[in-house]
Amino acid sequence: MSTLLDINNVSKQFTMGGLLSRKLVNAVEGASFSLSVEKPEIFTIIGESGSGKTTLARMILGLELPSNGTISFRGKTVSAKVSRAERLEFMANVQPVFQNPFEAFNPLKRIDRYLESTARRFLKLRDRSELDRAMDGALQKVGLSLAEVKGRYPHEMSGGQLQRAAIARALIPSPPLLIADEPVSMVDASLRMSIVNLLKSLRDDLKVSVIYITHDLATAYYISNRIIIMQRGRIVEMGDARTVLDNPEHPYSRLLKASVLSTEDAGDGKLATDREMVSRANGLVGVAGRLVDRPDGRSVRVYEGAS
Amino acid sequence: MANEILTVDGLKAYYQMNYYGVQREVRAVDDITMSIKRNEVYGIAGESSSGKTSFIKVLAAAMRPPFRVVAGSVKYDFKGHPIDVATASDKQIEAVRWKHLSYIMQGSMSVLNPVRRIGKTFEDFAAKPLGLSGDAFKQRVIGHLDRLKLSPDVLRAYPHELSGGMRQRVTIGLATVCHPEFIIADEPTTALDVVVQKEVLSLIRDIQKEMGASVVFVTHDMSVHANVADRVGIIYAGRLVEEGPTREMFFAPKHPYTAHLVASLPRIGDTAQRPALEGRPPSLASPPAGCRFHPRCPLAVDKCKTEVPPMETVGKDHRTACWRWKDVEPLVAPHASHGVMV
Repeated sequence: MSTLLDINNVSKQFTMGGLLSRKLVNAVEGASFSLSVEKPEIFTIIGESGSGKTTLARMILGLELPSNGTISFRGKTVSAKVSRAERLEFMANVQPVFQNPFEAFNPLKRIDRYLESTARRFLKLRDRSELDRAMDGALQKVGLSLAEVKGRYPHEMSGGQLQRAAIARALIPSPPLLIADEPVSMVDASLRMSIVNLLKSLRDDLKVSVIYITHDLATAYYISNRIIIMQRGRIVEMGDARTVLDNPEHPYSRLLKASVLSTEDAGDGKLATDREMVSRANGLVGVAGRLVDRPDGRSVRVYEGAS
Repeated sequence: MANEILTVDGLKAYYQMNYYGVQREVRAVDDITMSIKRNEVYGIAGESSSGKTSFIKVLAAAMRPPFRVVAGSVKYDFKGHPIDVATASDKQIEAVRWKHLSYIMQGSMSVLNPVRRIGKTFEDFAAKPLGLSGDAFKQRVIGHLDRLKLSPDVLRAYPHELSGGMRQRVTIGLATVCHPEFIIADEPTTALDVVVQKEVLSLIRDIQKEMGASVVFVTHDMSVHANVADRVGIIYAGRLVEEGPTREMFFAPKHPYTAHLVASLPRIGDTAQRPALEGRPPSLASPPAGCRFHPRCPLAVDKCKTEVPPMETVGKDHRTACWRWKDVEPLVAPHASHGVMV
């Protein structure tokens, strides 16, 4: 089995403050996982803001260099210090989808121009009819068509359509890996499912692997194969999404699950948060611990000495 | 004293623009009639551009041209201060603002002045309506912050020094320090993480119970309504399409749009394929004729395309505007351990 993406013991530190009051912040600490070429999957990274999930995504995209450890894509190390040609080749294989589609697109630029420049750059197409065919093909995959999109500005489309257009743009070079950073958090409730279902069909029909970054456990449960839960830069639990979320083991994972608002007792007004649960989860922030494999396939961070 | 604190009757509020003789009208709020009881949490759900924020602006008496009330009334029955904010003068509104009617805004970072300490911001907001100053005012604010589980130290902090959850608690503090009778909360938890969101929601709920205030809670997230609201109203394209007790709205909706909103919520422990609603919300500048939901509605018949469905009472406190409400099936069965309430 060959690996598509391999993250090996990756850490990232940021320095904060001035010369005299310098402080190191560990945004990501010792993250390791890998995705295989043969089995496309939706790999979810879950965590609160400040948990390092976006930093991890930016490192995979090559926008940020890891302080320690290596990230390799198809055996080649991802780093910003490569020639332009190599960088372009990498970009054709790994494509991002960002959180807010209204901010991702320039409001003064038509949507089809984004699609066109992506097609020109990565597919090296010059011919008008070929360009149109490539754009239409990508848009068809997300349930849109070139006729609908051509000549339209971002404000003329709904949030859901725009996010689908953003995914279509990312699909033009037929990348084996998509990195979706909170793709549904800015999209309305009635359109959210269309995006989530789309990610699912990309995996099932087009064999695209997706790294899905979110803080929404419910959609993660709905579409993911594997999941990692991050707390302040550390992976605290990882494994099969259903196994982990059905029965989370780490205190932080349990807290996250308990905080999901359930609709099952709608109208009962049950909102109490278990104080003890919060303090147990937060008490583990500064402790290193180590990841231990469990028989059911998941890994959980355990702490020696602490119960 | 009547049980209703707010009565909205036939409210129409439009954005009316007139450029070089060309009239353009956006019917953001089109004929809404509803009422809110004392001591009730009323949830308003709707997508962006459904007109829910415009509706809230009218309730909060924050209309600015070109947005204006065209018809109808918005009557509050405050203690000693009955007021119709649709027609009241600025001065009359000033008299009830914060003291009777207050507003928790979205995006705590842009509400709090970034170059002013929190304590100063409290003075700006609340010193005048409370009629206190100096130490008496400070004691009152500290007492109130204590109730929100904030230490008095935050008064000396700048907004950027606080975490998102703390900032949101400060804005809740600002909105409730004068003990208002009516609080409008506009997406107060949208930008927050799950753990913090739950804390903030239970805080709003506790404060509401303690003070006996009514709260209008606006968000597009149905799972928040499930846990906070006593009644939920659904706004679609400027109209109220259904309202009812929270439990019934979730387990026995009587409007196809509500049924869809509830069905599309993913749940942990359930991986069945969720339906996605096709199409997009209509433009309020040229809404479709008849029922505004008909282009996306799975139950639409010819009548829906031409005639506007009236609001019908279908149960206790439960009203819906749909020609085919009898045929609406809940798309998701309630959890096995709960009985179905129909």
